[in-house]
Amino acid sequence: MGEFINIFIKSAFIENMVLAYFLGMCSYLAVSKSVNTAFGLGLAVIFVLGVTMPINWLINEYLLSETGLFGQDLTFLRFILFIAVIASMVQLVEMVVEKFSPALYSALGIFLPLITVNCAILGGSLFMVSREYNLSNSIAFGLGGGFGWFLAIIAIAAIREKIRYSDVPPALRGLGMAFILTGLMGIAFMSLMGIDPAVFAGPK
Amino acid sequence: MAEVKNVEEVKEPLFGKVEKKLMTDPLNDNNPITVQVLGICSALAVTSLVYPSVVMSIAVIFVCGFSSLFTSLLRNAIPKAVRMIVQLVIIATLVTLVEMALKYFNYPVYKQLSVYIGLIITNCIVMGRLEAFAMANKPWRSFVDGIGNGVGYGAILIAVGVVREIFGKGTLFAGSPIEMKLIGANAGKVEYMINTAAESGLGSWFGWYANNNLMVLPAAAMFIIGIMIWIQRSYNTKLVDVS
Repeated sequence: MGEFINIFIKSAFIENMVLAYFLGMCSYLAVSKSVNTAFGLGLAVIFVLGVTMPINWLINEYLLSETGLFGQDLTFLRFILFIAVIASMVQLVEMVVEKFSPALYSALGIFLPLITVNCAILGGSLFMVSREYNLSNSIAFGLGGGFGWFLAIIAIAAIREKIRYSDVPPALRGLGMAFILTGLMGIAFMSLMGIDPAVFAGPK
Repeated sequence: MAEVKNVEEVKEPLFGKVEKKLMTDPLNDNNPITVQVLGICSALAVTSLVYPSVVMSIAVIFVCGFSSLFTSLLRNAIPKAVRMIVQLVIIATLVTLVEMALKYFNYPVYKQLSVYIGLIITNCIVMGRLEAFAMANKPWRSFVDGIGNGVGYGAILIAVGVVREIFGKGTLFAGSPIEMKLIGANAGKVEYMINTAAESGLGSWFGWYANNNLMVLPAAAMFIIGIMIWIQRSYNTKLVDVS
């Protein structure tokens, strides 16, 4: 349990997906114009990351690795299989959101299918493989990474809503300002590096 | 669209006006990063050094060009409902090829780029060009468009990489065969062109110089792109965001 919390904290705050690895920047910049839509997309990303990560872990472990079902090293199929899992999960989320919250569905519009090409999702799965996480670690990493992305997009959306009333040079308005703000937020998040995750892990 | 019809009548040159426009447009007026805001996702993290950014740019140019070509060849055979999946499979296959090639030819850079090579799959610029251009245009033109966008993307990556490496590390192309050490204090066998620890000569004028550690942080890439957008939009006022 300690390790679970440890990885969650680490992936949400210290190694934030957006601010430290630039993952999912496209939808992060495009959907952060209002807090409401940012909130919806953030939740969708948490869900998709939390679900796809363990599924991809199982695929990688039991289908693709040499000790898996086929007994052969099939890791060259990793990209294609991972992206297929992600695409189908996003399709599922889209159907669920359309059924239970039509308002959110119309607000998210095109960005819901675009979660498929949100780098944070595929990036999370690839990081999981390269860091050799086990199943519970990968669930923690998925939820934590999603939560970090959620926090970042809410924060930038709130700042952008306020900055509309400020006197920004015309050439810097919109996109340019969003980049500089993201950089500043990245520096702010770096102060969280002081958190010692070992405190949560407790004695072994 | 009308433009395309006209061109079909006359015998078109292999690299005519349309192709030239497709190739140069993404460099400034329609730059994938600073104007379309696509594809920032995966690749900025590799820009702390120039060499990996160059490798990454070449990979993106390759994937972008050839996925456009193949999608355009198949465009009449792909059913509308599953086009996303077909495109993703094309891109994923090409990226797998790039990954294998890089692993074989240049293992250190492959290690350095780690997951970011795989992330070209979800690089929105590739997918964006397929959706916006290759699904509706002829193969050769789509290929040129893909290459053009890849180059526009690579140009920004490398520009960011140059700024970050010179000011952050005082070197250029570190890790490659043409490594240059520009400025810094000589230590042991490491010699810089401008030796800030020197007693006399050019280097002694730069005794105050220290590398800017901010440039090594991911946040620096954000600032540099923000400033690039600022400069570009100051000259090119039609791009200014009115909202």
